Amino acid sequence: MIPPIEALRQPPGTPTPAASAFMADLLERIAKNRDAEAFRKLFQAYAPRVKSYMLRQGADPGLAEELAQETLMTVWRKAVLYSGTKGSATTWIFTIARNLRIDRLRREMAWQPLPESAEEEASLDPAPDEVLAERQRRDRLREVLALLPDDQREVVTLSYVEGLSHSEIAGRLELPLGTVKSRMRLAYQKIREAVEELR
Amino acid sequence: MPIQHHPDITTLMSCAAGSQPEALAAVVASHLALCAQCRAEVKKLEAIGGALFETLPEASLSSPAPLTEVRAREADGPPDLATGAAPAAAEIPYPLAARIGARFSAIRWRHIGPGLWYCPVPLSKGARGSLTLIKAGPGRELPEHGHGGEELTLLLEGSYTDVMGTFSRGDVADLDQEIEHRPVAHPEEGCICLVASETRARFKGLIARMMQPLTGL
Repeated sequence: MIPPIEALRQPPGTPTPAASAFMADLLERIAKNRDAEAFRKLFQAYAPRVKSYMLRQGADPGLAEELAQETLMTVWRKAVLYSGTKGSATTWIFTIARNLRIDRLRREMAWQPLPESAEEEASLDPAPDEVLAERQRRDRLREVLALLPDDQREVVTLSYVEGLSHSEIAGRLELPLGTVKSRMRLAYQKIREAVEELR
Repeated sequence: MPIQHHPDITTLMSCAAGSQPEALAAVVASHLALCAQCRAEVKKLEAIGGALFETLPEASLSSPAPLTEVRAREADGPPDLATGAAPAAAEIPYPLAARIGARFSAIRWRHIGPGLWYCPVPLSKGARGSLTLIKAGPGRELPEHGHGGEELTLLLEGSYTDVMGTFSRGDVADLDQEIEHRPVAHPEEGCICLVASETRARFKGLIARMMQPLTGL
């Protein structure tokens, strides 16, 4: 059974289910040493969530599991690319699952590439303690998402987790398209303010 | 001239979420190939997906990590390093160029009225929406569109001007559906733009309206 969206709400400060630094370390081990033990740990940490994501995107349990396996296989094959992104391991795995879902569940082409090098971002934000700053931003982001008003968190979740377009969200919630967009915009402003104030 | 008109932030969020109909995703991807600022923004917006991902409940798995398969594939060859990221933008930005070629001169335009041509861009089997290249001669008014659902227009060559200002290469018109705009192509250069609509019906309506002055219907 798929839990309702409300289950996604967590109190601020909840420790991250996947300790980010550790996961990034596992990815590095896979990239550098093709470390199968690191892969096993990464699989255990992420495959259940990828499956959960695919279920929410409308896959049946068998296909959701297959896509979870395939996502992690892609992680194994492309792990070398992760090193350059300097981003969160979870975000990187999210983009792989996202593109696989577009390809396999939507039968559409994924036009958005996987994150590659951090060159552009680095030049925009040349903080010396980049890694720490990045981790703080991620923690803050999680807090802000948990604290969003229900109507705003709902549209953001339907977009990111259930894969609905703005018009599909409008249809699901029986709201005008403009209302969906203005809720998304308000959520973005809160997220942006919270993340920017750390800089 | 630097890019003046960017997609709305909600459009970029939907892009980062991977939730756009393919036609709209194609326009945003083509804009991103030309706009470093929006590329960086989308990267940041992807982090929202990562954060939400961590809050997903864990579904139970029926099979273990495919270690044997992973090792077997390892023996097949080196790791896959393709990201699908865009190389430097040609006349027609990648990945659109992968579908229709890299140069406008090679496009098979269909003439649909005085100073107006179009060319449908093929999408995937399951694609939602329609994607069309439209070419307008100097001073031509572009056909009216946009009365339902989401639509995006990316200028690829020349420019047009409407109530929102002048749009040139790389600019995106991401307008609220309520806004009536009558873009007029540059008096000397004309323009070529990529128009995405999330419904196929919209596209048919668009062509019908373009044909109207010809058929007198």
